[in-house]
Amino acid sequence: MADNKSPIMERIAEANKAATTGIDAKDIKNWITIYIMGKAYKVPADLTILAGMEYAGYKFVRGVGCRQGFCGACATVFRKKGDYKLQTGMACQTRAEDGMYLVQIPFTPAETADYDITKEPYEASVFIKYYPEVARCVSCNTCTKACPQDLEVMDYVQDAIRGDFDGLADVSFDCIQCGLCAMRCPAEIVQYNVAQLGRRMYGRYGQGVPDHLRKRVKEINEGTFNEEMAKITACPVEELRQIYTEREKEPE
Amino acid sequence: MTTTKTETTKTTPTGIAKIPYYPGCTLKTTAKNFENSAIATARALGIELLEIPRWNCCGTVFSLADDDLIHHVASVRNFVRVQEMNDYGLVKNENRLVTLCAMCFNTLKSTNLRMKNNAEDLSKINDLMYREEDYQGKVEVLHFLELLKSLGFEKIRDRVKKPLKGLKIAPYYGCMILRPQEIGIDDPEDPTIQKDLLESLGADPIDTPYKRVCCGSYQTVKEKNIVAELAYDILSHAQKEGAEALATVCPLCAFNLDNRQKEVKAAHPDFEEIPIFYVTQLMAIAFGLGNEFYGFDQNYIDPRPLLKKKALIEQ
Amino acid sequence: MIKKVEITSENDKFLNKVNELSGEVVTLCDQCGTCSGGCPLVTEMDITPSQWMRLVQLGLKEVLDFKAIWLCASCFTCTVRCPRKIDVSKVAEALRQIILRKAIDYIDLKAIPKDELACLPQIALVSACRKFTG
Repeated sequence: MADNKSPIMERIAEANKAATTGIDAKDIKNWITIYIMGKAYKVPADLTILAGMEYAGYKFVRGVGCRQGFCGACATVFRKKGDYKLQTGMACQTRAEDGMYLVQIPFTPAETADYDITKEPYEASVFIKYYPEVARCVSCNTCTKACPQDLEVMDYVQDAIRGDFDGLADVSFDCIQCGLCAMRCPAEIVQYNVAQLGRRMYGRYGQGVPDHLRKRVKEINEGTFNEEMAKITACPVEELRQIYTEREKEPE
Repeated sequence: MTTTKTETTKTTPTGIAKIPYYPGCTLKTTAKNFENSAIATARALGIELLEIPRWNCCGTVFSLADDDLIHHVASVRNFVRVQEMNDYGLVKNENRLVTLCAMCFNTLKSTNLRMKNNAEDLSKINDLMYREEDYQGKVEVLHFLELLKSLGFEKIRDRVKKPLKGLKIAPYYGCMILRPQEIGIDDPEDPTIQKDLLESLGADPIDTPYKRVCCGSYQTVKEKNIVAELAYDILSHAQKEGAEALATVCPLCAFNLDNRQKEVKAAHPDFEEIPIFYVTQLMAIAFGLGNEFYGFDQNYIDPRPLLKKKALIEQ
Repeated sequence: MIKKVEITSENDKFLNKVNELSGEVVTLCDQCGTCSGGCPLVTEMDITPSQWMRLVQLGLKEVLDFKAIWLCASCFTCTVRCPRKIDVSKVAEALRQIILRKAIDYIDLKAIPKDELACLPQIALVSACRKFTG
């Protein structure tokens, strides 16, 4: 990171500032104590784990992303007061509770196999070829219990073993790649990467190209949008911004 | 087996008996021809093999360590699915679970036995699977061959449209449907169930002492040449007795005896290749069910030339 | 060849561990050799099944160094034939487990050639994972 003042870094710093300084201690009526890596912090009640940690002074540069529960960057492991179970969730989506013990798992150093889907036959063997460890699944269901998206992770691992691309793509569709399944798996399977391979194969071979896409690609190739495109690329930034904000949106 | 008999007799000639069916991973991939032919032949005999919803891999090969419970979870989870089929009315009061794959059969039945004999182990597994309903220990694991036997081979003989006349088949049993004794469906030293079935299809069963000798099983992953030697012994002895093909009910035996003939041939250039059938493929032919149920494309050694020679399939 | 073996409490501990894991009583074996005679893989093994039984009876950990315990295909031929009703395949499993539970795998999944993996049926790989990885 040679250029610390890049616009992206500034934007991240700005976003963090909003979260950390948005709360004034004198306005807070209810406080809770959370234990981050074993150390107690007093933070306002009603915060997410992420906001609570930031209030406590932690600054996230990595291990945080969209703050909306979509990007899967802020995986967290926690235990509630009086419980024995270690639970998992996304820090930005899980409410901090009094007496909670927690730690972030900002990254899963899991293997991503190197493959070229255009060269693979659409067969079950593709999973065994690149992720042979799926054969070690013991059906303990720990992955499903760990999934913050409430996916039936074990079911899609089973789909992978038997080569059911359709089932795998359907069950794993909402995966946000947080890696918690892989962290908890006693069989050392990297479920989310297996699913990604499966969805890529399904997208290419199982689903087929939809008609509207085929039609639009044809239009692009025929130059239907060339004039429009040239106009936009030549646009000054200010005008472009205005076009963007005033664009036609899908109804809410 | 008395319960099995009374339950199958409940079905009228017109009624179709629905039985929970556990496929296993390999039946969905490299042994699709085994599954397709079995489902079709079962239907021809008035039985619908109803695939268990959300079944999971049985984690094949039964865990032999006494303190190892986690490797039984997979099997028990499938038994819970059979309970659910009854709960949701997919089947009526049907606790039998039928499998085709010999290894799945051995794994499921062994686990079931341990769960039925050991209440403490069962309760530990039920606790671990707290999101599922408890397994009540009522499922009965059956191999497809046992189901056929309970129907009676006479009934199968009646259904035969194209007897496999003059087809010399050596039944190969392997290990998993015979041993250990409490799991096996037949005499572990001199099994006859496949011979009886083949006879009812009109074929000439060939007896060989190698019918119950291990093919090397999962050693095929690391020691394919050792497996090829075992396959050579099994195949060449069958050939010496006059067999023109072998029949099996295990997708791993089938792989070792069929696909490994490539390695056999490399080590023994004089060896003549010999087709390996799933016994259900032979049933489908004898029942005259049609090409779409035979699945010969998945056989490594093409059995069609032999079948054409015997005028059992069209030219 | 005569080899003098001194039996210490360590040997007992090893024997007991194998008995516990297998659920069998290995000392019941009277070395008749039926298991070795019927074993389909014995010709490939560096020691025979009855030899590994003897080594375990003596509590000799060197039994773990032989390839034979990994060549056992769990075919249960010895199991159904043992006149002393000992499940020899369970003893082999116990020996493998002692090694696998130290996180030492017998096969490296990533070392299997990709084209070989692609042609293996699921059932082969699942069972090999059960027997050869911890």
